[in-house]
Formats: sequence, structure tokens, C-alpha cells
Amino acid sequence: MSIHVSPRALTAVASWWRPVAGRLDRVASGVFILPAVVVILAFSIFPLITSLYVSLSRLGFSQGGVELKFVGFDNYRKLLFGIDRPHFLGVAGPLTPLGIAALIAIYGLFAFLLYRYARGATRTVGGLVGRVVATAIAGALAWLIVNTILTSGRPGTLVVTIVYVGVDVAVQYLLGLGLALLVVQHLPGRRFFRVVFLLPMMITPVGVAYLFRMLADTSKGPLYPLWAHFGLTDVSWVTNPWGARLAVMIGDVWQWTPFIFIVLLAAIETLPHELTEAAVVDGATRWQVFWRITFPQILPATTTVVLIRIIEGFKIIDLPNVLTNGGPGTATESLTLHAYTIWRALDIGGSAAVAYMLLIVVTFVGIAYVNLFRNRATAVA
Amino acid sequence: MSRHLARALVLMVGVGVIAACSGGSSTSSNQPYSGVTVRVVTFTGPQIAEPLQRRAPDFEKATGAKVQIITVPFSDLYQKVLTDFATKTNSYDATVFDPQWMGDYVPPGYLEDLTDRVQKDSALQWNDIAPFFRDFSATFKGKVYTIPLDGDFQMVYYRKDLFQKDGIQPPATWDDYIAAAKHFQGKDLNGDGKNDYGSCLAMKRSAQSYWAWISIAAAYLQSQGTKQGAFFNTANMQPLTNNPAAAAALDVYKQLSKIGPPDQLNNDVGDSRGLFITGRCALSLDWGDIGTLAIDTTQSKVADKVGAIILPGSKKVLDRSTMQLADCNATLCPYAVNGVNHAPFAAFGGWSGAINKASAAKTKDAAFAFLSYMSQPAQSGEDVTIGKTGFNPYRTSHFTKQDAWTKAGMSAAAATDYLGAIQASLQSPNMVLDLRIPQTSFYQQTALDTALAQFLAGEISSSQCMTQITNQWNTKTDEVGRQSQLDAYKASLSITK
Repeated sequence: MSIHVSPRALTAVASWWRPVAGRLDRVASGVFILPAVVVILAFSIFPLITSLYVSLSRLGFSQGGVELKFVGFDNYRKLLFGIDRPHFLGVAGPLTPLGIAALIAIYGLFAFLLYRYARGATRTVGGLVGRVVATAIAGALAWLIVNTILTSGRPGTLVVTIVYVGVDVAVQYLLGLGLALLVVQHLPGRRFFRVVFLLPMMITPVGVAYLFRMLADTSKGPLYPLWAHFGLTDVSWVTNPWGARLAVMIGDVWQWTPFIFIVLLAAIETLPHELTEAAVVDGATRWQVFWRITFPQILPATTTVVLIRIIEGFKIIDLPNVLTNGGPGTATESLTLHAYTIWRALDIGGSAAVAYMLLIVVTFVGIAYVNLFRNRATAVA
Repeated sequence: MSRHLARALVLMVGVGVIAACSGGSSTSSNQPYSGVTVRVVTFTGPQIAEPLQRRAPDFEKATGAKVQIITVPFSDLYQKVLTDFATKTNSYDATVFDPQWMGDYVPPGYLEDLTDRVQKDSALQWNDIAPFFRDFSATFKGKVYTIPLDGDFQMVYYRKDLFQKDGIQPPATWDDYIAAAKHFQGKDLNGDGKNDYGSCLAMKRSAQSYWAWISIAAAYLQSQGTKQGAFFNTANMQPLTNNPAAAAALDVYKQLSKIGPPDQLNNDVGDSRGLFITGRCALSLDWGDIGTLAIDTTQSKVADKVGAIILPGSKKVLDRSTMQLADCNATLCPYAVNGVNHAPFAAFGGWSGAINKASAAKTKDAAFAFLSYMSQPAQSGEDVTIGKTGFNPYRTSHFTKQDAWTKAGMSAAAATDYLGAIQASLQSPNMVLDLRIPQTSFYQQTALDTALAQFLAGEISSSQCMTQITNQWNTKTDEVGRQSQLDAYKASLSITK
């Protein structure tokens, strides 16, 4: 049996179908990415919003389950102005001459940078507003750091975490870069060292923490003969606030330098030799070759790896927790450990509030870093 | 579906049916819990987890039940089990935990009521358990929710040989304790040529350290008998943490932090016990564990050289009418001995086993049988004499059957000394009960522990420490409800002994 379709009918169907097909084409892209969007919503955005709600509430136990009681910004109030303020923000002491000098230098630098941008040719209103806001927040953080560290006061978990991130990432970067530059030299045994330098990264962080706990023990650890030789067996450096923080930082540097090392090594090894050879022929010194040729070329990798380490660094918990449980006092407590300590007593709202403060700080530092440094560095490269 | 797949499935189902039938056929009256798995959660050992793990296979052989012992760090145990029950995850059928937490576990209905079971179980010998532990560790609002597996008092241990040699009396007050510790600090106490320590305490944060401070403070805070309470004013729930008595206890605590090993602020109970039994300390403050660890000659260098005494006291106590320290007299310290007020502290109460109400009926039966098995005199009578178990005596029979102790390696004199110190604490009319109200974990493990750690580290002064504890406790009390917390506190003090 054959079906006869008149040309007119075909035209009618086509004229009806065309807009539908057009619409389908337009929504197809949306439909195709929908599964991914749903997954992101379910596993990322939804928990984020839920935890925001949790941070505004207090957990209670009721018959057969739990109940969340909405308490507004009470958990945040406790952290910023209430009983947890000394723990979170620290205690400011009277400013010392050193503190005043540091503040003048930092604020002077901020003012100069703002002024330079405002007078520059590339300024936009949005850029200026963003920079003013960023400067204000950075200025507040600088005030907090100077007032709690360079005075008789004491830093809270926020400042301790920022110190960890600042010192750790800087030292890790310098060491990682140095090791990467060493390993690309044609030295004997470089393959062996390449593997050895990577090992710390392979060990579980808790294992590293226990390792450093043993090493830091002056009265019975594996380094006891060394301490005994120098007459230091009655000295404990993990019961001193800065000694304990130093132990945490050394452990973190030891563990994560390999990460920076491996990324920079890969970046350096892929660099074309021609530029370096041309520079050497032109009589450039080793330093000039590094500073003018190698370094600018590895800047994109550098900025990325530093960003990753900054974000990861803010989340440090295992080392201070295992080494001294955040002690002595609260000296080594990071923001994540602070949240964990509160969460352990099932004050889930308070814990979520600390976690949100951490999120805000990491986001601010991340965005500021990307806007002020990374984009520019990438453009230069 | 392919034919092969279908055949494979049929085969698997067949094997399953046969296995189920054979499993069923092996169930006999001897093995009432065959096929039942009981998941018990407790804290990472070795103590407490060790006896459970060691005895589980024997129980399995006898009953057919399979017992899984799951361990988590002490600082995580409270929230881990509570969130598991509250969110109905129910991955644990039973828990061996701190009975102080019953205030959070019982009201929402997470724990099985064991009142009838303990009465019906003749092998358990419920009435052999000392009345205090039956009431504090097991009973909440008149109903039994746990089976005690451990009896906890903090005591002071001293090196009898050294004290006798130097003609020093065991400390009666905390001042005596400090003086004796100073006397021995820096001397070689075990003949290894190294300088040793006057006193070894656990002072690490987020560990089990804060109980030691309460043990010291108790002597200054409570003098009128158990019902007076050492944590809150029973009229208005105001904390007793900001007064000259608390300040005196902080002062003692700070002094002790400096008469000990250099790492003392980073030592937990495992460290301080290790130091004491290897002969490196003249004094220590601990639960009953040191007494039994000291006779374990595989690790101890001080077997039969250890004396145990009731917690030292104070000649000055807090006069609640003036809130000032005052000298002891007959009205202020009715239970004083030679003018010294002792307030032995039932720190923690003793590890106790509870059952998840949401578990299957058969599993609950098996879980109860296991906890009962652990507590029965035949098993517990041996376990309390072994140091690594972490279990300390809590049954009348533990105190009366001295041969178990001598068999374990303790001399008759040492056994009398050790059991005498526990009994003296247990029978004291001025015993201090540990806190057992809703959110106890926050009051002690978070607020008190952090403030004490900060004080020892020099981050805050004595007065700042007291203010901080008081403010945090008051804030929490107001959050939970002052009246309900007061009622819970008063109820916890009405415990019969």
C-alpha cells in the first residue's frame, strides 16, 4: 500500500515543524547540560545552601530525631562579637613601635597601589570599587594580624590559619622551585632524587603528623640523642606557642613542597631550549637566564600551583590536630580545627558558621589573588 | 536476559537457599544468636576496646553471635554515636561509652530500657555491682539504660619506696603534693642516670585531662556532702567556676604543670601512665589504671613500689555564704579528716554499655547478652586486675575477692592499699559526682578543656580563665534552658549511694 502525500500537506507540515525544530535546537544545549547542572546543584549548591541555613540555627535532639531551631545570626555574633571572639579573632594588645611601623608600611603600600590604579590608563569604575573593597578587607586583616601577633595579644584561629598559609606557601614555593631547578640539572642520581623528593606527598597527612610528633619529642623521640647532645632534653618546643606553630609549619612544608616541585619540574622541562641557548650565546649570566627567561615562562604554572596551595593551605587540620590537638592552649588551632572542635560537641550551627567564615576568607583571598596577580602574571607570560 | 545469566542466577539462588537451610539447621539451643551480628562502638584502645575484643571470640563460640568491635577516638565518640542514632543511620547496635552523656542520649529515646532485662538476668548478678555505679553509671530517671563495665575514681599514686626512703608522708593536701613533687623533681628515680620528674599528669588538650583539674578543685569547692554539688549553685545554676576556690585549684594546676616532664602539656593519660610505670615519676593522678598497670612486669619497673591514696584535700574550702575561701571547721567541713577536707571525685563514672533502641529485637538480645557476659563476675573479676583493660573495680566481689588480685601479681599489702583507696573514695559522704546533664560534653570537653589548655599555655590568666569558663557555661545553660538544666543537675545530685 502506498501513501500519497500532497506537496501542499508537506509544506504545511514543514512550516509547522520548522519553528518547533528551531526551538528544540535552541533548548537542546540546555537539555544536554541539564544532568551536569542537576549533579552540581545536588552535590554542591544544595549542601552549600543547607549549611548556610544550619549556620543560622541550633541543633537539638528530640524524640526520635533532631530539630534545627532558627537563631538568626547568633552563631556569627558569637564568633565576631561574643564569647568566641577571642578564640576566632584573637586578642589585640597595645600597639608596639614595630606594629605601628608595620601598619604604616602596609597601609602606605595599599594607598600607593590604589593611587597608581586610579591614575592609570586602564582604570574602570568597577575595577576601582572592587579594589577599594579588597583594600578595606585586606587592611582589616592586616590590622588584625599586626595587633595580635606583633603585640602582647594573641592570634585567634583566623590569624593562625593566615600565618600558616602565608609562611607555608612561600617556603614551599621557594624550596619546590629550588629543587625543581636542581633536578633539571644534569647531576648524577637525579632520577633517584626525583622519586625521593616526591615521597612526602605520598604519605597520608595523619602519618606525617605522627612522624613530626615523634620527631618533636625531646625526651624520648628518635632525635633524643641529638637533643641530649645539645642539652635540650628538658626543653619542649611543642609546649611553646610559636614552637608548636613552627612544628606544624615544618611538617606542612615537608609534606607539600613535593607538589610544587613536581608541577614546576614539569613546567621547566617543557620549556624550549632555544631561548636559553640564545641568551647564553648573547652572554647572559645564569641569574639573567633564570630571571628573564625561565621564570617568566613558568609563571602561568607558578600562579596556578600557588593558588591551589593557598586554597588547600586554608583547610589545614591534620597536622595541628595530631601534633598537639590544637594546643598548647589554642596556639596551633586552624579554622578547620576550630570548626571541628565545635562540631565535636554537636554545636553544628556554630561549626557551620566557622566554616562559612573560612569560605568567605578563602573566596576573598582567591579572588584577590586571581585578579591582582594571576591575570597580570599570565598576561605578562 | 541471556540463558547463561539466568542459569547463573538460579544456581546462586539455589546455593543461597541451601546455605540458609544449613545455617538454620546449625542453630541449636546452645547457640541462641547464631547468624546475629552485633556492632559495638567504643573508643580507640588499647584500654576498654582490648577486653571487648579479647572476649568477643569466646562469646561468639558460646552463643553463635558475631561481635564486631568498632573503635573511634575518645574525642569523637560522643558525637559519632549520637549523630548515628539521631539520623537513624543506626550503624551501631551497642556502645560502650561515658554514662555522663545519658542526658543527651536518653531523653530523645535512643537507648533501650534495660530495667527488666537486668533484673531477669541472674548471671549478671546485678546487685553485686556497687550501688553507686548501678545508680550513676546505669540509671537515668529511675530506669536502667546501661550495664557498668568499669568503676572510675581518680586517685593519687606515689612511689612508696622513694617516699619511705626520704621519710616523706603521702600527700594529705594539694600543698603536700606540690612539696613532695618539688622534692623529687630532677632526681634520678629509676636508676637509669636520667633526671626524672616529681609529678606526671595528663595535660593535653582534647584528651582526658580536664578531669584532673576537677579532682583538684573538688577539695576546695565541695565540703558539705555529695548533694552540695561542685559544678553549679543548686539555687540558680550559676557555675562555681569563678571564685577563690576555683582560683586556688587553677594555681595548683599551674604549679603542677611546671613540676613534671617538659612535654607535660602535650601528654595524655597514656603518656603519663607510661612515664609513671617506667619509674620516671614520683607522683601521679589517675583513675585506677596505674594500680593494675604497675603490676604488669612486661612493661612496669615499679611493681610493688606503688602506693595509692584517696585524692588529697584542702584545709581551706569555699564558704558558699560568702563565696570566699575559709579555714575548715566543724560546720564548714563536717567530713574533714584531721582538718583536711577530702572530696574524692567519681570522674567520668566508668565505661558502661548501652544498646541502640532501633536495632532488631534479636540483635538487642544478643547485644545485651554480650554486655552482660562482659560484666559478669567471672569475666570482669579477671579484667579489672589487668592494667591494659582500662577497667577498674566496680562490683562488691571485686573488692572482697583478694585472691584475684594476688593471682594477678599484686602483693597482699598493695592490693589492700589499692582497693582501700578506691573504697575510701566510694564510701566518702563527700564524694563529688561528675556532671551528667544535657550537653555535658560541651560544658566539659569543649568549654572547660579549652580554657584550661589556654590557661596552662599562658594564653589567658587565672581570672580570664575563670571568666571564660563561667561565660561559656552560662551561655550554654541559657541556650538549653536554665530551669531545665537546673532540674537535670539537681536530679543528678540526688543519686543514692
